[in-house]
Amino acid sequence: MNTRVELRRGIYRDSVVLMQVSQAVAACHGVAAAIVAMATPLNIEIYERLGFDPAEVKGASPNDLLVAVRGEDDALDAAGAELERQLAPSATPQGDGFGSPPAPRTLASALRRGGSLALISVPGQHAFVEAMDAIQAGVSVMLFSDNVPVEQEITLKDEAARHDVLVMGPDCGTAVVGGLGLGFANALRPGPVGIVAASGTGAQQVTCLLDADGVGITAVLGVGGRDLSAAVGGRSTLAAMKALDDDPATEFIVVLSKPPDPKVAETVRDAAGRLNTPSLVAFVGVGQGDLTAATAQILAALGRSPTAPPQWPAPYDRTPRSGFVRGLFSGGTLCDEAMAIAAQRLGPIASNTPLQEAWAIGDDLNARGHLMIDFGDDRLTAGRPHPMIDQSLRLERIAQEGSDPRCAVLLLDVVLGYGAHLDPASELAPAIATARESAQRCGRDLAVVVSLVGSRSDPQGRDATAERLAAAGASVHLSNAAAARTAVDLVEGAGR
Amino acid sequence: MIRLDESPTMVTVGASLFADALTAQAAAPLEVQWTPPVPGSEADLALIAADLRTHAATAESVRRLTAANPRWVDVLPAGDVLGLGPREFLHAGPPVDWADASGPIRGALAGAMIYEGLASNFEEAGRIAAQGGISLAPCHSRSTVGPMAGVVSASMPLSVLEDEETGRRAYCTLNEGLGKVLRYGAYSREVIDRLRWLERTLGPLLGATLRKRGPVDVRSLIAQALQMGDECHNRNRAATSLLLREITPDMLESGARSEDIVAAFRFINGNDHFFLNLSMPACKVAADAARDIPGSTMVVAMARNGTEFGIQVSGTGDDWFTAPAPPVRGLYFAGYGPEDAGLDIGDSTITETNGIGGFAMAAAPAIVLFVGGEVSDALENTLRMYEITLTEHPFYKVPILGFRGTPTGIDTTLIVRSGVLPAVNTGIAGREPGVGQVGAGLVVPPMSVFADAVRALALRAVPRGAPGRSESRNQ
Repeated sequence: MNTRVELRRGIYRDSVVLMQVSQAVAACHGVAAAIVAMATPLNIEIYERLGFDPAEVKGASPNDLLVAVRGEDDALDAAGAELERQLAPSATPQGDGFGSPPAPRTLASALRRGGSLALISVPGQHAFVEAMDAIQAGVSVMLFSDNVPVEQEITLKDEAARHDVLVMGPDCGTAVVGGLGLGFANALRPGPVGIVAASGTGAQQVTCLLDADGVGITAVLGVGGRDLSAAVGGRSTLAAMKALDDDPATEFIVVLSKPPDPKVAETVRDAAGRLNTPSLVAFVGVGQGDLTAATAQILAALGRSPTAPPQWPAPYDRTPRSGFVRGLFSGGTLCDEAMAIAAQRLGPIASNTPLQEAWAIGDDLNARGHLMIDFGDDRLTAGRPHPMIDQSLRLERIAQEGSDPRCAVLLLDVVLGYGAHLDPASELAPAIATARESAQRCGRDLAVVVSLVGSRSDPQGRDATAERLAAAGASVHLSNAAAARTAVDLVEGAGR
Repeated sequence: MIRLDESPTMVTVGASLFADALTAQAAAPLEVQWTPPVPGSEADLALIAADLRTHAATAESVRRLTAANPRWVDVLPAGDVLGLGPREFLHAGPPVDWADASGPIRGALAGAMIYEGLASNFEEAGRIAAQGGISLAPCHSRSTVGPMAGVVSASMPLSVLEDEETGRRAYCTLNEGLGKVLRYGAYSREVIDRLRWLERTLGPLLGATLRKRGPVDVRSLIAQALQMGDECHNRNRAATSLLLREITPDMLESGARSEDIVAAFRFINGNDHFFLNLSMPACKVAADAARDIPGSTMVVAMARNGTEFGIQVSGTGDDWFTAPAPPVRGLYFAGYGPEDAGLDIGDSTITETNGIGGFAMAAAPAIVLFVGGEVSDALENTLRMYEITLTEHPFYKVPILGFRGTPTGIDTTLIVRSGVLPAVNTGIAGREPGVGQVGAGLVVPPMSVFADAVRALALRAVPRGAPGRSESRNQ
C-alpha cells in the first residue's frame, strides 16, 4: 500500500466534474481510496476521513486542486494515468480558429454576445456579482445558487425592478420559460396554467400531477424559498404574477408557497385579487392542505374533475408493522409535506429541517424515532452536488437504514426531469433491494415507499422508472402526499 | 419584463450539467467558462457591485476615455509647460526614491543631471541624488508620461497633446531613437549631445511647425496606423511614416535652416519609434479625462519604474496600487540575455490602458515573433482582452477582426473575477545604468495590484440604504 498526495495550483473544475473524476480514479484496480477535489475545508475534512495525512495539505487554498490516492504500488501509476485522462481538456475546442472569440469568463462578457435569460449556479458567495451583470444588461435571471445572503437577494430584486427584469431565486430549483426547462425541470406540455413558485419541488409536484391529468403550463416562474419572507416581502412573487397576468396565453395563475410571513401573505392575496387573470394562491403546509389537494383545486377551477394520481403498488402484500418511518428526501417541500402529514398521525418527526425546533437532530443526522432528512438542505449541499444529481449520501443512508432494526418503513422521493440524475433507478433499485435483503436476513420486512415526481415526457422515463423501483420492492406514488400516507398507514397503530 | 411567449436565448454560468440539460432540450446555451475570483475578493466584489454608483460611474469613465480627441499642438520646454525647476525631475512609474530606484532610472537621472549641469559624472550625480539634492515625482502626477525610465528635466522639450473635447493637456519628451539613449538608462556623451540637439534644434523646429500649421490629429494617425500593421506601442513604423508625411511641407515652410530640417527628417525617418512619444501622451490625455469618478472601477494608469509595477483607478483618485515589477519574457539583442535584463519599466503601458499596444496585438502581425508568438497568438491576445475591458474603441479598429474596435477600458473587477491579466508589450532595459535597451517582449502584470485596487474600491463603496455611512468607510 502506498499513498500519493498532490496539490495542483491554478486548476479549477466544478465539483460535479470532480466527483466523476474521483469516482473514476477510485474505481481503478488496486486503488483503496482516492479523492480529487478542490481543497475546500469540507473536502479536506473528507480527505482526512479517508485516512490521508493532514500535514500533506497544510497551506492548501480552495483554489488548489487536491489529488490523493492510496493503493497498491503499481495501481498508483494506473490511477495517475486515469486522472490525467479525466482532467484533459475536452476534445471540443472553445473557439474555432481565425478570430473566433475565446469562451467568455464572466456573465457580463457573455451577455455582450447576446442572450435573453441567464442561468446562474456558481457557489453562493460568487452569485451576486454574476447576477448583477445580467440585471444591468437587462436580462432576467434564474439563480439556482443557494447560500446567498438575504441583503444581496433584496438588492438583486430591487435592481431587477429598476431594470424591469425578473430574478428567479436565489435557491430557485426549477423554472420553465418559453417551453424551456431550467435547473431541475420536468418536460411539460404547453397549456393554460402559469405558476409562481416559492418552492421548486412543490412546483414540480403540482405540474407533474397536472401533467398526469393532461393539463399543461405556460410558465413556471420560481422566486426562491425566501421571497415571501418578511425581509424580502414577495418582491419577485409580485413581479412574476404581473408577468403571467400580462401573458395572453396564461388563463389561470397559481401562486405556490409554504405558509409565508402573514403580512406578505396578505400582500400576495391582495395582489392576486387585482389580477385580470383568474388565480389561486395556494399556501401548503401544516394544516393548510397538501400539494395534491392544491392540484385538485386547480383542476376544479379549470372545470376538470381530477382523477386519482397514478401509483405502482409494491409487488407483495404489506401489513402494518412495528418500528419507525425513515424519510430520505432530495426535495425540501416534499420532505415538509411528508412530515406535516406524518406528524398529524404519528406525533414528533425528527429532522434536519424540523417542523418544530424541539424535533431538530444533530449533525450526525440520527434519531431513535420517526425521522425525515432533507438532503437538499443548504447545510448538506455546501461543497457538494445536489442529491437530485448525486445520490451517494442517500444511497449510503438507505444501506444504513436497511440494517437498523428500528426502521420499519423507508420513504424516498425521486425527482425526474432535466438536470436531475439521468437514471436514478439504476442506483436506487439495487440499493432498495439490498436494504430489503439485509433487513430480511435479520427477520424484518422493510417496507419501501417512493414518491416519484415526473412527467410522462421526462427523459428518464416516468413509467419505466416507477416499474423498476416497484420491481425492487417499493410501492411508487406520483402523489407525494399519497406516498406519505401510505408510509404512515404501514406503522400507525402497530406496536413499537 | 421577462418574455414568456418565446424560447429564451440562454447564457449559463456555473455547473455544466444545467447547460447540458439545456442542450438536451436543443437550446444551445452560451456557457461562461467560470473560475472563482482571486481568493478573498468575493466580499469586496459584492460590495462594489452593490454600490449604486458603480455601473454609471464606470460607464462615464469609459465614455470620457473614448470621447477624447488628442491633438499634437506644440513642443515647448518642460520648465515652461510644467513649471519644472532646475532640480526637479520626473520619472516613469509609481513613486520611487533614489535608494530604491532601478539601474535604468538611476542612469537616466544621472544623465539628466549631467545634461542640466548639476553633475559632471554618474558618481557625482548619485551622491547628490542620494543626499536629497534633487526632487523626484512620477510623470503621471504631472500630466506626463515617459517611456522606459521616463526621466524628464526642465530643459527637455515636451510634446504638448491637447484633448479637443476637454481642453486638457498631456506631455511627453521627444523620442531619442534606439540604442544608447537616456530612457534606457544610458548617460554617455553621445546621449547628452543628442538631448542637447533635441532641445536646441528639433524641439524648436517642431514647435514652430505646429504653431504654423495647426494641430496634428493624433487620434486619426493611430487609427490609420492600426490598419497598417502598428499597435502603437512596440511598433510605430507606419504611424511615424504617416506623421512625417503630414508635417513635411510645414517643416519646409517653417523658415528653419535647411540643414536642420534635413537632420530632423533623417532623425525621425531613422527612428521607427518616434511616434511612440505621441501615442503615449495621446493615451494619457484620454485616460486623465476619465480620472477621479467616484465609484468607477476603470484603470486610468498602469506604469512601472523598474522596481515596482503600479496602477491607478478612476474611483480611487491618486492612490497607487503597487507590487514588485515582474521580469519581461522576450527576445534579446545579440550579446544580451535574461541575466542582463532589468525589470519591467516605463509609462508606455498607458497605451494598453487606452486599448492599443498589447491590446491591439491582432493589428500588428509583423511583430508577433518579436513579442514571442505566432499570428494566432496575436489574435488570441486581443480577443482575450475583451474579457477584462468595458468597451470597444470607437476609433481604433482591428482589420483582421472585421474592424472590431480594440478592447478598451480595463476594469479591475473583471480582472480579479476572470483571472485574465492585461497583455502588455514592452521593451527590455539593461539592468545596469548606462547599458540601454537589450531586448523586447511581453510582460504579465502582478495580479495583486488589481486585487488591492478592488479592496480599496470596496472600502469606498457606498452601502445600499445607508449612504450616510459612506463617510466613515472612506479611508
